[in-house]
Amino acid sequence: MMRRLFPAPLLSLALLALWLLLNNTALGPGQWLLGAFLGVLVPLLTHRLRPTPVRFRRPGVALRLFLQVGYDVIVWNWRVLRGTLAAGERMPRGGFVVVPLDMRDPNGLAVLAAIMCVIPGTIWSELAMDRSALLVHMFDLDNAEAEIALIKGRYERPLMEIFE
Amino acid sequence: MIPPLPLWIEIPVALLLALSGLFTLGAAIGVVRFRAFFQRMHPPALAFSFSAWCVTLASILYFSAQDGVLSLHAWLIIIFLSLTVPVTTLLLSRTELFRRRNAGDPDMPPPLSACVQPPDNGGPPQH
Repeated sequence: MMRRLFPAPLLSLALLALWLLLNNTALGPGQWLLGAFLGVLVPLLTHRLRPTPVRFRRPGVALRLFLQVGYDVIVWNWRVLRGTLAAGERMPRGGFVVVPLDMRDPNGLAVLAAIMCVIPGTIWSELAMDRSALLVHMFDLDNAEAEIALIKGRYERPLMEIFE
Repeated sequence: MIPPLPLWIEIPVALLLALSGLFTLGAAIGVVRFRAFFQRMHPPALAFSFSAWCVTLASILYFSAQDGVLSLHAWLIIIFLSLTVPVTTLLLSRTELFRRRNAGDPDMPPPLSACVQPPDNGGPPQH
């Protein structure tokens, strides 16, 4: 019964939080009720759009990954800005690298895609049909090997712990 | 008439807005300066990541100080941006890869899977 009413409890909670955040400081009981209504209804309506159920574990690892991505976004912003402004003297050698993947979970891969798109300097370009490899365009290929190791160690391993 | 805010709020807000402007300017310079499509996709990422974060943080600081309550709803901009930006980025990079491979560009890497091989004659794919 509970599972049928709440197919994705985490999504329900997130929607409620989103609704309350959207209403900012005007938080009467009516807003809580509307948010709870959304939290129940939307997961039920979109149930068929999510083919594989999300198994979310290890919130501590997720929090650490969240902070790591926030820090990396700032570092990469600085590197891309510097590379752009110094392009008159030295053009950055952008190019593609192939990253072998160990993760197969589609939800984890979706999060990895979002991370790679938000971080400047890396563009997710292609995923192999069997999900065994990933094509990424890097802003500067100077030490591509280290970057591949970084992507695998910093993002893929925590995501595997969370989703698999 | 809006009453002036204390200086210790106004200084970080101004710094954050200036920092955001600097990174957005860098993004614009990058779009002008780089010629290759994929290289050009990197600088605009500055505008929607760190620049957007700075503006959001400045807005939270300013309006929280003005109203006297923590007003966090600008935070949603960051959340929604990080949800929607990958859609456009992926669509653009996939389209460019597909077009250039179909045109036979030697700079493009080969497809990772055999079944997405573009047709030899440039015509529609044969199934």
